[in-house]
Amino acid sequence: MEMPTPNPDVLRRKAVVLQRLLHVLPEDAVIHEPSETRAYECDALTAYKCPPMLAVLPSTTQEVSDVLRICNEEGVPVVPRGSGTSLAGGALPTADCVILGIARMNEVLEVDYDNRFIRVQTGRTNLSVTGAVEEDDFFYAPDPSSQLACAIAGNIAMNSGGAHCLKYGVTTNNLLGVKMVMMDGSVVDIGGAHLDSGGLDLLGVICGSEGQLGVVTEATLRILRKPEGARPVLMGFDDNEVAGECVSDIIKSGILPVAIEFMDTLCIQACENFAHAGYPDCTALLIVEVEGSEAEIDFQLAKIIEIAKRHNPVELRESQSAEESAKIWLGRKSAFGAMGQLNDYMCLDGTIPVSSLPEVLRRIGEMSKEYGLPVGNVFHAGDGNMHPLILFDANKPGDLEKCEAFGADILKLCVDVGGCLTGEHGVGIEKRDLMSHQYAPVDLEAQMAVKDVFDPKWLLNPAKVFPLDASEARREARIAAE
Amino acid sequence: MKPETEAELADMVAGLNEPVRVAGGGTRGIAGPDAVIETSGLSGITLYEPGALTLVAQAGTPVAEIEAALAAEGQQLAFEPMDHRGLLGTNGTPTIGGVVAANISGPRRIQAGACRDFLLGVRYVDGMGKIVKNGGRVMKNVTGYDLVKLMAGSWGTLGVLTEVSLKVLPKPEASATLSIAVPDVAVGVQALSAALKSPFEVSAAAFDPEECRALLRLEGFSDSVAYRSEQLKGVLSGLGDVAEVAQPEALWSAIRDVSAFHGQEGDVWRISIKPTDAPEIAARIQADRTLFDWGGGLIWVLMPHGTDVRARMGSFDGHATIVRADPETVTRLGRYQPESAGIAALTKGLRQRFDPRGLFNPGLMG
Repeated sequence: MEMPTPNPDVLRRKAVVLQRLLHVLPEDAVIHEPSETRAYECDALTAYKCPPMLAVLPSTTQEVSDVLRICNEEGVPVVPRGSGTSLAGGALPTADCVILGIARMNEVLEVDYDNRFIRVQTGRTNLSVTGAVEEDDFFYAPDPSSQLACAIAGNIAMNSGGAHCLKYGVTTNNLLGVKMVMMDGSVVDIGGAHLDSGGLDLLGVICGSEGQLGVVTEATLRILRKPEGARPVLMGFDDNEVAGECVSDIIKSGILPVAIEFMDTLCIQACENFAHAGYPDCTALLIVEVEGSEAEIDFQLAKIIEIAKRHNPVELRESQSAEESAKIWLGRKSAFGAMGQLNDYMCLDGTIPVSSLPEVLRRIGEMSKEYGLPVGNVFHAGDGNMHPLILFDANKPGDLEKCEAFGADILKLCVDVGGCLTGEHGVGIEKRDLMSHQYAPVDLEAQMAVKDVFDPKWLLNPAKVFPLDASEARREARIAAE
Repeated sequence: MKPETEAELADMVAGLNEPVRVAGGGTRGIAGPDAVIETSGLSGITLYEPGALTLVAQAGTPVAEIEAALAAEGQQLAFEPMDHRGLLGTNGTPTIGGVVAANISGPRRIQAGACRDFLLGVRYVDGMGKIVKNGGRVMKNVTGYDLVKLMAGSWGTLGVLTEVSLKVLPKPEASATLSIAVPDVAVGVQALSAALKSPFEVSAAAFDPEECRALLRLEGFSDSVAYRSEQLKGVLSGLGDVAEVAQPEALWSAIRDVSAFHGQEGDVWRISIKPTDAPEIAARIQADRTLFDWGGGLIWVLMPHGTDVRARMGSFDGHATIVRADPETVTRLGRYQPESAGIAALTKGLRQRFDPRGLFNPGLMG
């Protein structure tokens, strides 16, 4: 992965920057020994590694502000980091950067059931936001598979989704307000417990900006009352196309399931071996989940099963108990881990129009043979968000490169059928150079203009999102200005 | 100026040498320069896939045309956009571009989300006359910055929308509305909160001060609506007498369009706040007439001409926006809640980047 040359002036000034940071942070919040900074050399995209110059772990918004102000004055790039679970390399350091880890800021600041929101520090993990309200039967809806570990800060940066966003939306639809520190150290409050602020929707553009516009330290999130119950049904088909048609027919019928998940043979087997959920042995498996009271669930599932039967499923099974439902979901949510037991893998995340599903799966199958690398498919079928998992052997010379080329071809295919490069993982470092396939220079220019306004020196999370050649002029202008 | 194609619009904008008012159907009551760019020539649904819950249309497409196409497939715009004509006394045909540019949402906003939550992609012409696209037509898309949200609610000040793609949803099979007779607004908002905190999926929650009743809508399959109505009656029983409203569709369109204020003398403001603050805020404002939507989080107020509503409210968390007033009042008080210095600098910076010549709806958003 090509990265800009580290700024030699910054590297030379490491001691000065370190002293200034130690002046505003407790000693245990500043990490500078190379043996320790190595812990931050990568995120969940482990194929790319680069230890940062320094790492800091602030505990307050004021400390975050001090760090950013100093780095801004010193011209030091800053890479914000939540829990480091990004699959796109969103938290990959540069050699001349300061990693700003938000993990120590994990408090719940306010819970308000009457107004249905929670305010948290953004180092808090996704699952522990729900954890703070579940005794009172509330939950926070976005549920990325990494929810046990991933931080709200990272969820906001990447606009994370999850299995249940067909009904509840992704992070941006559940984010009401933020406290954000700008690169110059100033602090802005945007949105709050009320809806739809009057001016420009800055909250909307901050969410999903991959930590390039500011560092969000507090978030106001919408919480919802838990449904009375939920139950999945498993459907097996011996043809991907038929499974795709079934998804479309369910959606057209007027039922809106909370989740429609799809797995192909390779994933079904891997997940079954891992979770023993009783997945059928078939070509395409759908997990469809509905919510409500017992009677409502029965009614909706009856309708869904009636639709499924028209497509001649090889298996059709309603979950009979809470225990069985949990197993079914454990299998699905363990898909990445289960595939990881087979080999190294690269997980893609393109979205396609649901109607293109059969065509895209067929093409991926063909390319898999051409490249000689197996692919498992597991994805959110209701909204067309695919997760092809390409298996490769990191120890075999040339395999990673072959896998990257295969991955790029799949993502280009997603764009070409009317979809996009990434549905919920973000562009990060991984898909940066493919952005030009989806967007014309003028489209990228409009996005980069937003960064110019928020971070004029282009110091926040550098070399991500935009192709290096597209952002080159701006980086050069910054270095020339110093 | 009424371009027929996106390319024609781009040429027109590139050649502009004076500011313009950007209008869809011109029904949302914005003032501005005499020169107008109307998008109504850019019209038509370009793609509709019911099985993918996706619709793409040119910006000038009438909302009615879109709603009819969706209804034919049993689907709808779930954010329930308001029609401003009655409230503002405007004529014309509301367009989908206008709805998006103003981020117009109705009562279902509290459950389903706002217009911006359903907006999947945009194409627009910026202030230099360049054609820009962002987002797309798929439901999950985090590819690059989300300018889609930025364009929604920017009232044409960042660019002229040419095409929008929207997520649509099934139209519910059945609907029921409960009315709870309460002693005052405080208990009314309490009833709305109690319902919204329940697991029974309330799709609209308003309080009507004229009749002192809280109104709650349930939608879905008929068996489910019947079940949830009964459950909700149980939740609300301690707060007042509960009755079912006959012909709820007319009632909710009236709330959506604030029909109670139509033809009434005075200024109209909308206040967005934390729902439980509503009774206190309403008491401070002392409006001629009031209507509470979004569980209490949205207050519509009718005021004597020229009243400074923000001054009456004092310090509060939220924002107050002028919807209808004479130009002098709008200039004196400002249409929008004043922004903090940090936010104002960001929005000014964005406007300079998207429309450096200050051509589009100058002064409308500051």
